[in-house]
Amino acid sequence: MSYIKMTASTLAIAAVSATAAAARDNVQVAGSSTVLPYASIVAELFGDNTDFPTPVVESGGSSAGLKRFCEGVGENTIDVANASRAIREKEIEACAENGVTDIIEVRIGYDGIVFASQQAGPAYTAFQPSDIFNAIGATVLKDGALVKNPHNTWAEFNGELPDAEIAMFIPGTKHGTREVFEDKVLLKGCEDTGAMQAMMDSGMDEDSAEDACLDVRQDGKSVDIDGDYTETLARIDANTNGIGVFGLAFYENNTDKLKVATMGGVSPSTETIASGEYPVSRPLFFYVKKAHIGVIPGLKEYAQFFVADEIAGPGGPLSNYGLVADPELADTQKAVADEVTMGEGM
Amino acid sequence: MTDATLNTSGAPRKGSLHVQDARTTRRNRSEARFKGYGIAAILVGLFFLAVLAVSIVRSGAPAFTRTVVDVDFTMTAAQVEAAESELFKTKAYQTVFIDALKSQLDESGLEVEVDNAAIERLLGKIGGDLRTFYANNPDQVGETVSFQLPASSRVDGYLNGRITRDSLENSRFLMATDLDLVDALQEAGIIKGAINWTFITGTDAGVDNPGGAGLGASVVGSFFMMLVVLFLSLPIGVAASIYLEEFAPQNRFTDLIEVNISNLAAVPSIVFGILGLAVFIQFMHMPQSAPLVGGLVLTLMTLPTIIISTRASLKSVPPSIRDAALGVGASKMQAVFHHVLPMAMPGILTGTIIGLAQALGETAPLLLIGMVGFVARGYPDGIMAGFTEANSAMPAQIYTWAARADASFYEKAWGGIIILLAFLLTMNIIAIILRRRFERRW
Repeated sequence: MSYIKMTASTLAIAAVSATAAAARDNVQVAGSSTVLPYASIVAELFGDNTDFPTPVVESGGSSAGLKRFCEGVGENTIDVANASRAIREKEIEACAENGVTDIIEVRIGYDGIVFASQQAGPAYTAFQPSDIFNAIGATVLKDGALVKNPHNTWAEFNGELPDAEIAMFIPGTKHGTREVFEDKVLLKGCEDTGAMQAMMDSGMDEDSAEDACLDVRQDGKSVDIDGDYTETLARIDANTNGIGVFGLAFYENNTDKLKVATMGGVSPSTETIASGEYPVSRPLFFYVKKAHIGVIPGLKEYAQFFVADEIAGPGGPLSNYGLVADPELADTQKAVADEVTMGEGM
Repeated sequence: MTDATLNTSGAPRKGSLHVQDARTTRRNRSEARFKGYGIAAILVGLFFLAVLAVSIVRSGAPAFTRTVVDVDFTMTAAQVEAAESELFKTKAYQTVFIDALKSQLDESGLEVEVDNAAIERLLGKIGGDLRTFYANNPDQVGETVSFQLPASSRVDGYLNGRITRDSLENSRFLMATDLDLVDALQEAGIIKGAINWTFITGTDAGVDNPGGAGLGASVVGSFFMMLVVLFLSLPIGVAASIYLEEFAPQNRFTDLIEVNISNLAAVPSIVFGILGLAVFIQFMHMPQSAPLVGGLVLTLMTLPTIIISTRASLKSVPPSIRDAALGVGASKMQAVFHHVLPMAMPGILTGTIIGLAQALGETAPLLLIGMVGFVARGYPDGIMAGFTEANSAMPAQIYTWAARADASFYEKAWGGIIILLAFLLTMNIIAIILRRRFERRW
């Protein structure tokens, strides 16, 4: 009996001390799986190079991370949210409702999005946004009329592309990458092919035409990948004709398995992305809760360490891994040092 | 022989008993066929087991070895001081080391062109190792120390055949020309293979540092979770099943409980993860990513398994033992605790260990309570911290590694599977031994 009593009291003590032990001394980060690699590099270096404990970095996607970020202020909420897109107005409102009002936005650099296929596959070497739209858009312009996408092979709409079955693996809607893919590729392709104009001519207003441009065909020629790039890689490995959407860093780590296509005539590299020549890139961010600075030890130092020249600048470990360094890093450093929140002269 | 008596036609059997009639032959043949199917089924099972074992060992074995650069290196006090004054200290240590190695190679008269950038590509992330060494051994500053530092994951891949000259064509992490240097250094005995203890004892590392990643911290995380599971689910499970089996009246209500416990055993584990997130973290404000929360979630998952196996072993104790105890004047509780429970103990322990093994390998609920990512980044300091400090668990760590871009993390994931399987195998063997040694049959 005393055994049971003891277990019961251990249970109670454990539960109480768990709540008490919430006095956290490490920085807690969550969010985008695109930013995760960079954040994990910085977290490890931060632990190695300072006297603060190594931060915890969780993955889960930009939206999930920002949702947790906006849950409130306090030690059991995260301090930093990583995002592969800028925070949305709606999320800022949700944050404000829960008392998270002062948010510091930190842009860490740029990430390129590349289109790659397996080494042994057809010669997918050059794409235009219009090719991608013609391949996977739900409604495309064919012979001057808007039709449900009839294309089965790439050669059907562009003779320069290989006569291979269309099979695209694109990021699922929970990924921040999807948004860039839609903006910079699908929408651009929709405009370039004239499909958008045709939609507006047919009586749609601009917004609904844009939405229609972003619809992706549902007949299996385009597959949403909700997992990580490794899943896309596995799908490409298994499908000779497959084309996947990857981050530049992931591609550069797997050049032995993947070959990359140019987009708009420019091949992706840190240089072409930094100069803006390569069209499909997006900024990466993390967001810091200002209310936690001074409460969680090392939070501000982590943010400053992240954007320091030695880390996020050209030649640093992040750009070695594939991040495109931000040319305006000095401004970001100053904003972090001064704890400038969003809406405060950003 | 029963053939004749079962003969439905009723006619007496004609001819010799030593000669099989057509019907017996047919029945014997169908029996032989059935045995053949059975053996085939077992062979198929064994075949897949063998394929699995071979592929796991083949993919995972490279994780247990690594390529090291074996050199003598001296760091002066001035160099240490200069490095410590920088923001990016580990990089400064690394630069000093690379300079030293470069001049050492120049002197040794290697026939291959050497430059600092090439050496940097050959080496893993060694700055952290160096800084830790000099921080822990200040007396070694200025002395010549023989270091064995990890080479980069791609040099590793080249030496174990994962990477070839052709596959490096477009890589900027290691150039094809660097391989000449690798070959030369290997000949000179500077680069060589070694057992990768870091993989077994280390913590997780950043995505650009596969050489520094290890499973050790997440083994500790798993251990603390299993402690929570054991100390909660064993007493709760055993108490619940003793009450249900020995004391509770048989009525609709207890029937309902019984059905629900069986249903609970079949609930997918991800559901417990969602529940854990909502109840333990969002409502009770327990710390995120903590083994305590992971343990609580897994307890919920393990409880039905333990209750079902405990009830089965209580049932298997013959009623005569209870009757005898009650007959000599024992109370019901005495009969249960002095006689029935000790006899059911081997079965209960076996069920518990199997439940724990199941919980040990469970990943899905851990995804939701924040154990995936860069979490297992250090050993907890102290028992209490072991429960509450953010840590990962073995299966979650394997999942994390499998998602990383660098292919050598994929190797590490397989290596992690080997370690996890070793733990599971050990637990199952303990369960079998307990059952063999203590089980009684009536």
